[in-house]
Amino acid sequence: MESLMPKLPIADWVDRFVDWLTITFEAAFDGITVGLESVVEGLVTGLGFIPSYLFMILLGLLAWKLSSKGIALFTIIGLLLINNLGYWEPMLETLALVLTAVFLSVIIGVPIGIWASQSKRVKQIVTPILDIMQTMPAFVYLIPAIFFFNIGVVPGVVASVIFSMPPTIRLTILGIQQVPADIIEATEAFGSTTSQRLLKVQLPLAMPTIMAGINQSIMLGLSMVVIASMVGAPGLGADVYRAVTQIQIGKGFEAGLAIVVIAIILDRITQNIGIKKQGGN
Amino acid sequence: MNDKHVKLSVKSVTKIFGKQPKKALQLLKEGSPKGEILKKTGSTVGVNQASFDVYAGEIFVIMGLSGSGKSTLVRTLNRLIDPTVGEVWIDGKEITKMKKDELKNVRRKNISMVFQKFALLPHRTVLENTEYGLEVQGIGKEERKLKAMKALKLVGLEGYENQFPKQLSGGMQQRVGLARALANDTDILLMDEAFSALDPLIRKDMQDELLELQSSMEKTIIFITHDLDEALRIGDRIALMKDGEIVQIGSPEEILMNPSNQYVERFVEDVDLSKVLTAGHVMKRAETVQIDKGPRVALQMMKDLGISSIYAVDKKKTLIGTIHAADAKTAVEKGQSLHEIVDRDVKKVASGTLLTNLFDKVSTATIPVAVVDNNRLQGILVKGAVIGALAGNNEVINDLERVNNQVPISQSDKGGV
Repeated sequence: MESLMPKLPIADWVDRFVDWLTITFEAAFDGITVGLESVVEGLVTGLGFIPSYLFMILLGLLAWKLSSKGIALFTIIGLLLINNLGYWEPMLETLALVLTAVFLSVIIGVPIGIWASQSKRVKQIVTPILDIMQTMPAFVYLIPAIFFFNIGVVPGVVASVIFSMPPTIRLTILGIQQVPADIIEATEAFGSTTSQRLLKVQLPLAMPTIMAGINQSIMLGLSMVVIASMVGAPGLGADVYRAVTQIQIGKGFEAGLAIVVIAIILDRITQNIGIKKQGGN
Repeated sequence: MNDKHVKLSVKSVTKIFGKQPKKALQLLKEGSPKGEILKKTGSTVGVNQASFDVYAGEIFVIMGLSGSGKSTLVRTLNRLIDPTVGEVWIDGKEITKMKKDELKNVRRKNISMVFQKFALLPHRTVLENTEYGLEVQGIGKEERKLKAMKALKLVGLEGYENQFPKQLSGGMQQRVGLARALANDTDILLMDEAFSALDPLIRKDMQDELLELQSSMEKTIIFITHDLDEALRIGDRIALMKDGEIVQIGSPEEILMNPSNQYVERFVEDVDLSKVLTAGHVMKRAETVQIDKGPRVALQMMKDLGISSIYAVDKKKTLIGTIHAADAKTAVEKGQSLHEIVDRDVKKVASGTLLTNLFDKVSTATIPVAVVDNNRLQGILVKGAVIGALAGNNEVINDLERVNNQVPISQSDKGGV
């Protein structure tokens, strides 16, 4: 079998392609690096300015408004615990990284999802790319990310964006296509334009599904923080990573617990954003 | 219906679903049946060369079983489905040739639609749903609220404007659908199985309300249904569809009494005629005597006709009462006038009364029941004719329009009695 067909030099191709990208788009990559770095650092500094107790109360109130009293209580107790364990600063760094990554996922992912929902061909192209993004092991694109964006928080953000974007795109497509055909027909019958149909009918009706996608993106973004720390991203992930490499089981557990607390808070808060607005059920 | 102004005209509209519409069209022209075309081309014939005119102000019902192409046909009228070939004209403008923008305007200003499954926007309140058609036209908030509230009032949904569709029953949801269509104030209303998803009792209520609304609005309504009773109840004219073809177009009476082929005949054979035919359909010519004549004249007439009583009318054919032979005889002896002996206690029905609602009166009457319009005598109901009509006997059914235009025969026509 081997003699019938020589091995395809895919590795060589990819190497050469990455080299070419690195050289050709150096300026662009540098710009992105500087930009993202300052966004994440600015966010960390900004969040750091808020006194920890005020931050807890604000997040608690948000949880109360969007979810329930129980979640609000959990939020405050969870944050107190993180503060008590001494992970406040890393927690803010993680939050900044995840929020930046998810924000990028959403502002790139939702429009792509809308576009793919309107055109069969776009959807046909987008779907396999999403499959690659979700199944290709993160380490594989982490290495070229270092080439493009140096070591630090930026390759971490980029890797998180790549990994966390697919659910937002997929569920945006699904949400829009799930709008019943008879409702679409009715909007057509009353002479809506394409954008009126999209803005007044499809997007509002798809919103719970899109929000579920964004919620999934947040969760996936959080699951990337340890991997991101391997390329130098600071935060709770770095603490876990350090503990693992130094076999400090207890420390690793503490930092891991802090990640879990943040994950639950973000999940419960974002879970209800889309659903709350569907009044009168 | 008086001035038969054609509002909407459909000219041999054909819709073929599938990949080889041209080949299928060719086969269709050669007269191949639907099944064969499907086998040869993989295409389905949805609508097969449908042609009809709809007059301004009428309710035109398109009726057929599921799969007969009626829903496809109605969607070609506002081009929710583009016909493969054929023309649709509205107010002398060809819809089928219009560009996207023109079509959008027609949908906004000329045609609105009510859907079988309501198709309301679940994230909007009743008021916001009703406003939708106005909103996409860019009409200001105040004005569209005013118009939407007016439409909601028409369908009896005042006070529900801030509810969400899910909080309403099916019947009320469809009222919202109707209000949404009415708010646009279009001349043409397409109703696609609008009441089919409702309970039978609610459906009947909605039919009645639609008829009541229609009597004041005079819209041109194209109503799709699979329910013959519904078609007969609300349709001014009915088009019957089968396998994508229109097999017969006519008034409810024409469809019932003169089915154009076996299919229509089978369709209508189970219809309860008593709920379709009216007193006007089965009444016989009334023999009358003018109230100012003498009792001798009345007596002579009854003798000639071999009857024991006769209806008395004035010069304007207004029904006064009954003259009985015995009374007339006494009057002749005593020298009384007909005015003095007329029996004013008359059993009468309006000519539009359905047979089902007059059985009681007819069966208990000792003399034929009088049929009146605005108290003017139109004819009489003879038991035999009523029963004959129920049995589907064409000979006893009047052509209603001719009857209405004809002056009832009075005694002066009888040639100097």
